[in-house]
Amino acid sequence: MRRSATPFLLLLLLAALLALPQVLPRFHTYVASIVLLTALLATSLNLAIGYTGLYQFGHAVFYGVGAYGTALVLTRSGMPAPVAFLVGPLAAAALSLVMGVICIRLSKLYFGMLQISLGSLVWAVVYRWYSFTGGDDGIHGIPLPDAIASPKGSYYFTLTVTALCVFAMYRIVRSPFGKVIQGIRDNPVRAAAIGVDVRLHQLASLVIAGFFGGVAGSLFVVVENSVFPDMMFWTFSLEVLIMCLLGGMYTFFGPLVGASVIVLLRVFASVHTQYWSLILGTILTLVIIFLPDGVLGRFVRRSLPKEDRGA
Amino acid sequence: MLRVESVVKSFGGFKAVDGANLHVNAGEIVAVIGPNGAGKTTLFHLLTGHLSPDSGRILFKGKEIGGLSPHVLCRRGITRSFQVVNIFPRLSVFENVQIAVLSRERKTFRIFSPVAGMAEEEVHRILRSVGLFDQRDVESDLLSHGDKKVLEIAVALSGNPELLILDEPTAGMAPEETERCIRLIRKLSGESGLTILFCEHDIALVFEIANRIMVMVRGATVVQGSGEEVRRNSEVQSAYLGESGGC
Repeated sequence: MRRSATPFLLLLLLAALLALPQVLPRFHTYVASIVLLTALLATSLNLAIGYTGLYQFGHAVFYGVGAYGTALVLTRSGMPAPVAFLVGPLAAAALSLVMGVICIRLSKLYFGMLQISLGSLVWAVVYRWYSFTGGDDGIHGIPLPDAIASPKGSYYFTLTVTALCVFAMYRIVRSPFGKVIQGIRDNPVRAAAIGVDVRLHQLASLVIAGFFGGVAGSLFVVVENSVFPDMMFWTFSLEVLIMCLLGGMYTFFGPLVGASVIVLLRVFASVHTQYWSLILGTILTLVIIFLPDGVLGRFVRRSLPKEDRGA
Repeated sequence: MLRVESVVKSFGGFKAVDGANLHVNAGEIVAVIGPNGAGKTTLFHLLTGHLSPDSGRILFKGKEIGGLSPHVLCRRGITRSFQVVNIFPRLSVFENVQIAVLSRERKTFRIFSPVAGMAEEEVHRILRSVGLFDQRDVESDLLSHGDKKVLEIAVALSGNPELLILDEPTAGMAPEETERCIRLIRKLSGESGLTILFCEHDIALVFEIANRIMVMVRGATVVQGSGEEVRRNSEVQSAYLGESGGC
């Protein structure tokens, strides 16, 4: 695979994704939608953890807040749907900013632990606040505009938004900002010594990651028609983190691969066994031992010139 | 340009810098020498904002800079290299310099314009001037130790500093690499009139290239002056040159 082949392969993938609902049954179209939005979620996490080197252990909170933001506007206000789809991600970005300001003072694992704690606080509020968020029942039967209410409609909406967001993030990691956050990841001391305000850039990266995580949450509302507190529980944050590890944290498209593998595994393996996480555990162990760069990381490192590597 | 007045920095009960005085005029090459543990690196950390002084004053171009953070000092015109190589190991040689140039131009918050090719001319010019142009696409972690040190100087230069601080620029270098590094320092000072402050264990090298020398012992400044003055100072002879057998 040479450099010039990558855009071609991506177009091919996009064409296949466009054709998917025409050939797949309804359930599989739904699964494909979940794969897409989860891939977006994992890619947004990778911006913080893979590219900026921040231990973003509570990423599902931004996903959840994005979903709840959209769901609440759709069910509890008379505002038009586009507003709801803006409110979700913006709420996630705002929360990301607030949590970021608090957590960024700590480094490495401490950053991650504090983020989990603050995230759990948000989860607890959502879980208990029956009159507003529906508590542990969540919110169901969320009304959607007709155009995106059908499985096909929601699939195409999800595909469009995911493709646009992934493209935007692809541009970001190749911008001056993207290079600088990678520099910060590798050597924050050097970054400060060349005049980079390290915390400000880390914070900006967190907000961007939170925003796109929130977009994925909004898409979840479109696909599932419901939201529930467990989507922002820390165990799900961990699952998204595993997707990044599995696919390859230092590649751009690795998390997409990881998300696809895990979502498909969960859906199809759980049909046959309730112990599907056993399979996941085995795969993950093997990956960590034999492919420390992740599935795609390994592949990319071997076959591509340096230019095409994500990091 | 730079004036350090009775600066003190202690860690717990240990006074690493205890009354250091230093002044550096524009265009000079000034060296700080002293036995291991004399507080040279701590002093440099104080000058570049990696540590803040407990007391005393640090003035740069007439303004107090003690306690400012590293990125602010970089923007004021002080950049540095570190004693232990400090580069962006996963980025290429080109990118290491490019990121520093973009930082100086305050372009690091551009999030949608592609970075490839940005500031290319200037990066190439800098790489040519330090002799790393041919290795521009190499992942910088794969460079030799000497080349990494030179790359770090290139990165520091990309900030267009007025004062360049080098913490043991030739540490761990092979003789021919050291020779090349000295030529580079001379060239920078000669061609662009850059003010350079460095510390170094290689005394011969210090006397060869420094206009003036400051000697530190146990955190305090013993003397600052020309090579000849330093050589004649009896305190220096006993505390430093005598012990190490002269040079």
